Amino acid sequence: MKKSVINLSSLSQKYVMALAGMFLMIFLIFHLATNLLMLAGDGGKAFSEAVTFLTESPLVKIMEYVLFAGFLIHILLGLVLQWHNYRSRPVKYHTRLRSETSTFSRFMFHTGVIIFVFLVIHLINFFFIRLGWVAQPDHAAHQHDFYSMAVVLFQNPWYTAIYLVSFVFLGFHLKHAFQSSFQSLGLNHTKYTPVIKVIGIIYAIAISVGFAIIPVYFLFFY
Amino acid sequence: MNFTLKIWRQKNANAKGSFQTYPLKDVSPEMSFLEMLDYLNNQLIARGNEPVTFEHDCREGICGSCGLYINGRPHGPQRSTTTCELHMRDFKDGETIVIEPWRSKAFPVIKDLIVDRSSFERIMHAGGFVNVNVGCAPESNSNPIGKLIADKVFDAAACIGCGACVAACKNSSAMLYAAAKIAQYAMIPQGKVEAKERVDKMVKQMDAEGFGFCSNTYACEFDCPKGISTDFIALMNREFFSSKACKQKHA
Ligand code: HEM
Ligand code: FES
Repeated sequence: MKKSVINLSSLSQKYVMALAGMFLMIFLIFHLATNLLMLAGDGGKAFSEAVTFLTESPLVKIMEYVLFAGFLIHILLGLVLQWHNYRSRPVKYHTRLRSETSTFSRFMFHTGVIIFVFLVIHLINFFFIRLGWVAQPDHAAHQHDFYSMAVVLFQNPWYTAIYLVSFVFLGFHLKHAFQSSFQSLGLNHTKYTPVIKVIGIIYAIAISVGFAIIPVYFLFFY
Repeated sequence: MNFTLKIWRQKNANAKGSFQTYPLKDVSPEMSFLEMLDYLNNQLIARGNEPVTFEHDCREGICGSCGLYINGRPHGPQRSTTTCELHMRDFKDGETIVIEPWRSKAFPVIKDLIVDRSSFERIMHAGGFVNVNVGCAPESNSNPIGKLIADKVFDAAACIGCGACVAACKNSSAMLYAAAKIAQYAMIPQGKVEAKERVDKMVKQMDAEGFGFCSNTYACEFDCPKGISTDFIALMNREFFSSKACKQKHA
């Protein structure tokens, strides 16, 4: 009769997981929209203006903390769920056929861990500089110039490769995550669920391809 | 047909089990899977060996007691089929067949291939019923229920409690079972009265039994011999949310 680490019912934990995940999925849309401004071909002017606007907005400042909390909750709860689920079958099967249902659904933890590793690298590359935790690369023209930082970073093929691979796994995570979060919240409908599944696939592809365009552009076409 | 059977043998709940291999000759393709095991057991008994213990009752797919994990699948390779409805013609001659009990912390092995599924019973005891004042049978049209709802309720009530959903799930989660049992009451007037209390108690009991959580892989629906839909899990999630969100404080 051992309870899970957190004293919340299984369904409540799934609710929190899904809500945090949905919040992160919305954040990704805004993040991508801002980043795509880098491709405007104006030497990063539009992008830098957007970044300046965002960093000065008090709402965005608050949302930064909410975002940090969202990630923290989603990641910690992901670990708790995975640990609890692993322990629910102490003796494993000898022969187990691959489930014939969604592949990505079985690897949410694994893709999640890859996203987490990426996240750490990504924060070191960009965000921690703003907090003064990491030194800014010398080549960047002026302070917190994320555009020049991106240019420097992605002309290194290794960084581009790390980012691209991470986006692929992010896409895998999102493909299952999108429709799964609706199911976890009980938002299921014979008419709309198939639509949600299709939107989820489009969303996952759009996000991973969208983010991937930027390093590829700087590596090959800049 | 000839087969090599690799079967989990375990003396009792505390013993350490292991796989034993049994060659079995001249199996009729028309035998059901359980008849094949009977055939093996007759030979084991004739040789003075302990027969393989497995659970069965109706042998027609309605009691839910015959669950076996066969060749990496609950109830074997056929979809929408219980082990008792499975036939040896669904296997290849000369094949090695691996037979295991359900594996879950909440389903401890009692002996060989039999697991203790009383955790399911305790979920039902927690709220899987409707409290009524016993009297004569009510007039059948006093509770009008639409055909679509009636069909859905019947789909949920088709659950035979075999545990294949738990066996199939990578997290050994019992959410499909609990959802079917919650849904069969939640959609009709007789059950709606106590719906909020029920979902709360049943989920609590399910958690206490040590089942895993749902990752929405939908493997349970795929391997359920009765094809119970994971739509019911979403319904349970909704019911649970409304039970929490609209909970009234008692004076
Ligand atoms: C931008 C990043 C991320 C987004 C947008 C995201 C989104 C989501 C969403 C929407 C779900 C579905 C929730 C549900 O079905 O209820 C989910 C599930 C999950 N996520 Fe993430 N996630 C992200 C990063 C991560 C990270 C870094 C981890 C690290 C461990 C992680 C671990 C998990 C796990 C384990 C699940 C499955 C939970 C389960 O089994 O039900 N995710 N994610
Ligand atoms: S023996 Fe009753 S369902 Fe198989």
